[in-house]
Amino acid sequence: MNTKKLSVFLASAVGLVLVPLFVQQFGDGPVRIIDLALLYVLLALGLNIVVGYAGLLDLGYVAFYAVGAYMFALLSSPQLTNNFPALAAAFPNGLHLPIYVVIPLGALLAGVFGVLLGAPTLKLRGDYLAIVTLGFGEIIRVFLLNLQYPYNITNGPQGIGQIDALHFFGVDLSVPLHVFGYTLPSVTLYYYLFLALVVLSVLICSRLEDSRIGRAWMAIREDEIAAKAMGINTRNMKLLAFGMGATFGGVSGTLFASFQGFVSPESFSLQESITIVAMVVLGGIGNIPGVILGALLLAALPEVLRYVGSPLAEMTDGRLDASILRQLLIALAMIGIMLVRPRGLWPSPEHGKSAAAGSAK
Amino acid sequence: MDILLQQLINGLVLGAMYALVALGYTMVYGIINLINFAHGEILMVGGLVSWTVINALQDYGLPGWLLLIIGLICAIVVCTVLNFLVEKIAYRPLRNAPRLAPLITAMGMSLLLQTLAMIIWKPSPKPYPLLLPTDPIAVGGAVITVTQILILGISVAVLAALMWLVHRTKLGRAMRATAENPKVASLMGVKPDLVISATFVIGAVLAAVAGVMWAANYGTVQHTMGFMPGLKAFTAAVLGGIGNLAGAMVGGVLLGLVESFGAGYLGDLTGDVLGSQYVDIFAFALLIIVLTLRPSGLLGERVADRA
Repeated sequence: MNTKKLSVFLASAVGLVLVPLFVQQFGDGPVRIIDLALLYVLLALGLNIVVGYAGLLDLGYVAFYAVGAYMFALLSSPQLTNNFPALAAAFPNGLHLPIYVVIPLGALLAGVFGVLLGAPTLKLRGDYLAIVTLGFGEIIRVFLLNLQYPYNITNGPQGIGQIDALHFFGVDLSVPLHVFGYTLPSVTLYYYLFLALVVLSVLICSRLEDSRIGRAWMAIREDEIAAKAMGINTRNMKLLAFGMGATFGGVSGTLFASFQGFVSPESFSLQESITIVAMVVLGGIGNIPGVILGALLLAALPEVLRYVGSPLAEMTDGRLDASILRQLLIALAMIGIMLVRPRGLWPSPEHGKSAAAGSAK
Repeated sequence: MDILLQQLINGLVLGAMYALVALGYTMVYGIINLINFAHGEILMVGGLVSWTVINALQDYGLPGWLLLIIGLICAIVVCTVLNFLVEKIAYRPLRNAPRLAPLITAMGMSLLLQTLAMIIWKPSPKPYPLLLPTDPIAVGGAVITVTQILILGISVAVLAALMWLVHRTKLGRAMRATAENPKVASLMGVKPDLVISATFVIGAVLAAVAGVMWAANYGTVQHTMGFMPGLKAFTAAVLGGIGNLAGAMVGGVLLGLVESFGAGYLGDLTGDVLGSQYVDIFAFALLIIVLTLRPSGLLGERVADRA
């Protein structure tokens, strides 16, 4: 790494650390938006492994997000102990697991779900896989909606509340932290946690991209039969991609549940899956900076719109409010960006070119 | 026995509507290999347009069946124009783009149509006027309404007309040729753009008919009404083997029957642990099972010819 690169790197690192301290001046709301945007970056990076590297269109990605979120919700809220006296007797103080137990657990569980879904379906070709994963996402959502009878596990459409904040080594992320005379509010603490995980994920993804595994995935994406002929175990590699992607989803889910303190099936609709796919594809499929850009754009911009919501609703007689405008803009962005730049805003450099780009020369 | 017959009737009616929508998916997929996610929204637009027209004309004292026909015709006109434009604006420029690009515009189109419908018609569900006699007719212990009889009759007629169109006319031959190999077809004098537009228009007619039926059968219209039928119909198309017309019909009817029997019997079979609220799962569970055992769908003989 030469000095110029290093200085750019250091400047952006310092910048990222300082961002919340500036934004904090405008209250917690804007920091929250940035936190959520980082969460989407994490999700988009995970889906990018499946869609971008391995070329498997997964339209049910949100299911893994849901698995992680509900796992954390069940382990860290009074929901289970309230409904199962036996558990309440076993854990009189409730289950309150620290972050270094919960996050790996969420990752593991979602990964297992990923492999479970992948195993029977990965021999399907592209579009069939898309619809099966979509169906899987809906199945998980229907279960979350209805698993309240005969045993109340998910509390149905009301969702689960009173979820603990993440805590580790005596630091509770829901309580403002005082360091060096500075007070860091809860949202800022979450910002640093999410940022750390995003950086870690970027590191993992970029190392994966250049590894044997990453190259195998890209080979499968470009031509599965050729990849097989080159001695790649396509089934295992696809399963690995699915499992890895699901792992990211699971971790994001646990973070989401603790950050919000509340989960309900509404957060895990098909719409959400499509939004995440859109982030990956709009930003630049298979390209890490592009994916991050797409996630930030689609996650943060619509949130900003909430502030123009009420005057807009008055102006248009309630027909157009912030959430409708948000949907409208996402829809227009999905169509417009694809028409102008079908390979995304920030496409990956030429070496991993797709079949369509190859035929153009 | 009566319940069995009743569920059979309900399932056939539901399946007929699924089949109509599934054909739109399967034809488009067969020709340009695109999952047209916006197709379910065409059904929704059909339902809402007919609702608007019927409500506007209701004070003139026209008979119910005439109102319904006028509503249906207006829905068909609006839907065909809309689907034609959707293809022209969102799909045609991307015909040679990377595979995921048109899929994303299709999802964007679906979201866009839904949002526009929400703005135009407002989000609340609207009661669909009862235009046909509602007295149920007894059939061997079960009941069937006039609307349901009409749905079955019209579906069969439309499906027959479609089969005739695809297998007996010049346009149909051009469609089949384009589906087989667009390049060679265009060398033989077929205009692919024209054929693709025609496919979207035909799909829109079927979806509009299904939309009006759906609205008349369930008595309510809303901007979200296209989502689930669209998803299920697509599932039906995949179930039958996507790109295959007969497959879409078989898949649609099968799915309708499975859902109707599932809703009727699941509670009894599992001792009320799993109730009819799980009905939406059947479509997808069935899909996963069928595709695992028969990856190209029930009637799909065309296996992957493109990677």
